[in-house]
Amino acid sequence: MLLTRRIEFSASHVCRRPDWSDAENRALYGDEANPRGHGHNFVLELTLEGEPDPVTGMVVDLKEVKAVLEQEVVGPMDHRHLNTEVPPFDRVVPTTENLAVEIWRRLEPRFRDGAARLHGVRLYETEDLYVEYAGR
Amino acid sequence: MSNMPAAESHPPQVRLGRRYRFSAAHRLHTDLLSPERNREVFGKCNNPYGHGHDYVMEVVLAGTLDPAAGRLVPLDMLDHFIRRVWLDQVDRRNLNLDLAEFAALVPTTENLALVAARRLAEAWPHWFGSRPAKLEKVRIWETPNNIFEVFAPSPDTQEFKRNEIVIQSRRQSS
Repeated sequence: MLLTRRIEFSASHVCRRPDWSDAENRALYGDEANPRGHGHNFVLELTLEGEPDPVTGMVVDLKEVKAVLEQEVVGPMDHRHLNTEVPPFDRVVPTTENLAVEIWRRLEPRFRDGAARLHGVRLYETEDLYVEYAGR
Repeated sequence: MSNMPAAESHPPQVRLGRRYRFSAAHRLHTDLLSPERNREVFGKCNNPYGHGHDYVMEVVLAGTLDPAAGRLVPLDMLDHFIRRVWLDQVDRRNLNLDLAEFAALVPTTENLALVAARRLAEAWPHWFGSRPAKLEKVRIWETPNNIFEVFAPSPDTQEFKRNEIVIQSRRQSS
């Protein structure tokens, strides 16, 4: 069974490679490369896979899922500037793609031993753009 | 610029979904059925003067991500592609009259999704052939409550040919 939990966090970022010219950055990242940065209300969907416990009827305790999301994602990223405050984005371009992969890497180990395993993450940068990553 | 710390030995496989909007008129009607039967099958959608929707279309790309760039395809280029190949053809248009495929094919959103997937898949290699991203799916919301999804046929596969044949044969038979 799959179970999805949504959370929101707001953060600023710049998509720009210092080893590229302004023209090269614009060609790949468009306005996302504006050097002073901008922000988004990111929406994260975390999908877990497991079977309901026969007694509780629950796959997982959603309070615990929320606590893990707070520790790994919302705490470190909400109302932060990703490039300057959230490693590895001091070295890695914080595109939606890289951010989705990083969020997976933070969350996946937290769901290795429990009743539910991480199935995938979907990160919306805006309501018209999302990236999915499932560890493959 | 260094790559991301490699927790995995291979580069990540990601999917990217992007949504677009277009507004168009259509009328569901087929000459293969009697006027009475058309009204029964299509209901209000058979209204002779047509009606319209604010469609939402999602295109889903899949591919291997180069983490140093972190972008599957330039989004400005994707937006330009979708505008040229699709939105300019359908936005503020009459689907029955303005799209050749619907000269004799009922413009249900099932068929609209098939036509969109076929047109986008056909043009994809010219725009993005050198990039690792492939067009995977097209999903269209006719209204917030009716959603249709098809896999995008790859131009060199049997599925693409089958899709083509289905569209052709429906056109000929109607």
